[in-house]
This record gives sequence, structure tokens and C-alpha cells, in this order.
Amino acid sequence: MTALALPTRRDEDFRYADLEALAPLWPVLVETIEVAAGGSGALTIVASADAPVRSLSITLGAGAAFDLRILNAGLAYGRIALSVRLDDGADFTLGAAQLGSASETLEIVTTVTHGAPNATSRQTVRSVLAGHATGTYLGKVAVARGADGTDAAQSVRAMLLDRTATANAKPELEIFADDVKCAHGCAVGELDAQALFYMASRGVPPAQAKRLMLQAFIAEAFVGAADEDALTAAALERLETLV
Amino acid sequence: MTVLHITNLSATVAGKPILKGLSLAIGAGEIHAIMGPNGAGKSTLSYVLGGRPGYEVTSGSVTLTSPLPFRGGDGGGVSPVRPRFDDSPHPNPSPEGEGLNIDLLALAPHERAALGLFLGFQYPVEIPGVSFVQFLRESLNSQRKARGEAPLSGGEFLKLAREKAALLKLDMEMLKRPVNVGFSGGEKKRAEMVQMGILDPAFAVLDETDSGLDIDALRVVGDGINAIMRRPDKAVLLITHYQRLLDYVRPDFVHILSAGRIVKTGGPELAHRLEAEGYEAVAA
Ligand SMILES: Nc1ncnc2c1ncn2[C@@H]1O[C@H](COP(=O)(O)OP(=O)(O)O)[C@@H](O)[C@H]1O
Ligand SMILES: [Mg+2]
Repeated sequence: MTALALPTRRDEDFRYADLEALAPLWPVLVETIEVAAGGSGALTIVASADAPVRSLSITLGAGAAFDLRILNAGLAYGRIALSVRLDDGADFTLGAAQLGSASETLEIVTTVTHGAPNATSRQTVRSVLAGHATGTYLGKVAVARGADGTDAAQSVRAMLLDRTATANAKPELEIFADDVKCAHGCAVGELDAQALFYMASRGVPPAQAKRLMLQAFIAEAFVGAADEDALTAAALERLETLV
Repeated sequence: MTVLHITNLSATVAGKPILKGLSLAIGAGEIHAIMGPNGAGKSTLSYVLGGRPGYEVTSGSVTLTSPLPFRGGDGGGVSPVRPRFDDSPHPNPSPEGEGLNIDLLALAPHERAALGLFLGFQYPVEIPGVSFVQFLRESLNSQRKARGEAPLSGGEFLKLAREKAALLKLDMEMLKRPVNVGFSGGEKKRAEMVQMGILDPAFAVLDETDSGLDIDALRVVGDGINAIMRRPDKAVLLITHYQRLLDYVRPDFVHILSAGRIVKTGGPELAHRLEAEGYEAVAA
């Protein structure tokens, strides 16, 4: 579907979008990635002011694998939309961290379609939100008729550093096959006060204690990435400005 | 010299009065045991000393005399306050003018730690994703920074950690795991003592460090406490339910805490009487 008209709040995928920021960028060019059967690929997206709103269409052939990591941070508005289609036995990994402060709006919107049997997908999204920031993950997993043996997982967690920050998380399943394994977990929380006091009692100043815990939290999105260290370092740098 | 001087301390938790005019003075080189029934306020005392949020001091004072230099969180230094030697039942009053007397309650928890206060938790907290090694190196170097000392390098820290883990017979591999995650009750308590060894505090409050330990572990922990803390310039406040630990770590004084205050003070024999006769009989 090519929607050239600017979306409205009634479009489910744009419910939490910053439409004012989106208007001058609309329509957004869809970048296409195709991995042929048996092939593999990887991509790291670090959100930048050059391309704050991105839309990717990823098609994986039979047995193909793709590993996508995203650091969505440091923008007044940052949006990454994904549409992923998996053929027989394909494997898709998404690891994303969103770090927002002030009145930033960050969102990741995904549709992962298991179009054929035995494909696997793992999505891990970690958001850290301070100030009046809003972090959103809308993730639909669609399992087509006959796509038996599907294994799809979504793990979505957000940490609010201030009560004024907002997290929206909506993992969604649309299943038309019988033999599928779909797991999704979704939690919004605050840093554990007991752990913070425990660390303070050992001499770690509060900001440093928070960073240590948040670093561990975000690491879950980047574990196993080819450029894990660089991503972690970039995320840490951003964290320093949040706490 | 007095290491810790608690005067007429009252504190509330969630608006409920728990400590009700508690006084206690602990001298350098001394080990004091606090015993008392469940709910007496023992853990509350340790949290108040550590500065845990939600534990509100409504009256009284706590003065720490630390042998350690300290610059305070902002680098501006902490102004010494005069200790108040009034009505507390101190067995060995300190001469004035020794050490630097600091108003402990005016400091943030991490500043208290940098001054040499260590809290051994009754229930050590799990911190997923953060390894002991990472956490303790951060802890030690934060303390050292506050005291104007150079940080330890990774290699220096690991050497120290290995030494203290060996002292407590804790497998060094366990310190590479996330803080307390998946540790048994006894392993957590042992790890608390490894932390104490690494941080080398001037004053330790150990809250039921003996609970959850089997007989062998109790001996190891007892020996560890002696090795780390039995020094003329240090002191320990040992909170316990049982006489057993006190066989290994001989206290100089035993206090009974009941309903938020010290109701009786004696020597090691008091712990034996408690074990034999129970709190009600002895404290009456
Ligand atoms: N967070 C809390 N909120 C309300 N009451 C508390 C809290 N923590 C402790 N208390 C109460 O304070 C009293 C003393 O508890 P505690 O200091 O843990 O006793 P002890 O360690 O001697 O067993 C108990 O009555 C307990 O119920
Ligand atoms: Mg207790």
C-alpha cells in the first residue's frame, strides 16, 4: 500500500507518531532489502538527523538470515518502520534500543510476516525514557496460513526514569497456522530502588549506579551483534546525557 | 576513640515509629553484637545508618569518627561536627580531639560508604546484568575517588578480588556472574563478606550475616570477619539472632534491642543467657 497522504492518528501505525515532525518528511521513501535464499545479511541503524524517519522493507528468501540492530536516540523525532517477510526457514533478528529525554518521540513499528513454514524471528526492544520523552514499539507478527513450525518471539521492555515519560508497547499476533510458537513479553518499569540503595551503600554515586543498571538493560538488545561494542559505546554515551 | 556514636535516635518507616530513642557508642577495636526479637528494629537501625530512602530520622544524632580522608560528593569537604558525649551508656568514652567527627545523617549513602561505613545486608539484592567484578570495581574506585585516592586498574582490582574471594572460600568464577543472581542464601552472605574484604571499611554493620549459613560456612564467614575487621582502628556492629556466630566472632559487648531501643547491655555471657532463657526472660 502506498499511502501518499500524510497519515493521521487514526492510522494504527501512527497512533503515537509526531505528525508535525513527520509532515515535512512525508512521503518517506521505502528502502528495500532482499536476501536471497540461503544468504545472510546484517545492518546497524544509528538514528541520525539526516534520516530521522526511515521505512524498510526486508524480504528473506528460504533459509536466509538477517540481523538488524537499531539505536534510536538523540533525535527530537525518530521513527523506524519495518516490514519483514520471511520465507521457509528464514531467520530474522531485531535488537533495538531507544533512549529518549526532553520531549523526544521515538518509535519503532514492525510487521514481521512469517509467510512460509519453519521461519524464526526474535525481536528485542529496550527503551529508556527520561523527562517528557515518549518511546513506542508497535510490533505485529503475522503468521500466514500453512506457516507451521513458526517460532516468533518479541521481548519489549521500557524503563521510565521520570514519571513524566511515556512508554507505549503493543506486541500483536495474527496467527493463521496451527503449529506455531509465539512468545511475547512486555513490561514497563522503573529502576529497582533496592538495587540503587544496595549500590549506593557500596559507594557508587546514584547517577553512576543508574548508568550501570541501564547499561545492562540496553545490552540485551545488542548482545550477539557483530558491532556490539561500538553500539554499546554509542548507547552509553547517550545514557550519560539521560542520567 | 569512638568510631560510632548514636545518640537518642528515633526513626520512622512509612510514618510508623520503629526506633525510639536508641543510644549506643562503639569504640575503636570493638565488636558489638545486637540481638533482639523479630521486628525489634535491628534491620531498621542498619538501614538508618546506611541512609536508605524511606527511613526517616525524627530525632537524635549519629556521629562517625573516620580514620579515612574524605572530600564529599562535591569535592567541597565535610565539615567536622563536635561529638556529643551525653547520656549514652558508653563503656569506653573517647577522648576529644582524635579523628574527624562527622555527622553521618547529613550524608548521602554513597558518601557514608566512602567514609568507611559498610552495610552487610540481611537480604542482599540481585542486580541482573551487572557482574560482581564490574560492580565492585566501580564501588571501590568511587570510594577511592571521594577520598582523593587513585583508582585501581583492572589488573590490580582483580588481584584484590581474587585474594578476598579466597579468604572467604568463594569461587572467583562466581564474581564474574551478575550480582547475587542465582546465588544461594549462603553464597550471598559469603559474597557480602568478600565485598567487605575488598572495600576494607572502618566500620561495618552486619545484619544477620549468619542466617542461611551451614556450620562450615559459618566458620569461614566468622574467620573472614575477624581477618578483615579485627583491627585496633576498626569496629563492627553485628546483628544476629543466634549465639553461634558469636563463638567465632567474640563480641566485646552484647546489646538487646527491643521495641526500638537498647534495653540491656552486657558482655558475651548475655548472648548465652539469651540463647538459654529467651528474650522475654532476659530483657524483663
Ligand atoms: N518498609 C516498611 N514498611 C512498613 N513497616 C516496616 C518496613 N520495614 C520494616 N517495617 C516494620 O518495622 C519493624 C522493624 O522491622 P525490622 O527493623 O526489619 O526488624 P528486625 O530486623 O529487628 O527483625 C517491624 O515491625 C516491621 O514490620
Ligand atoms: Mg532484620
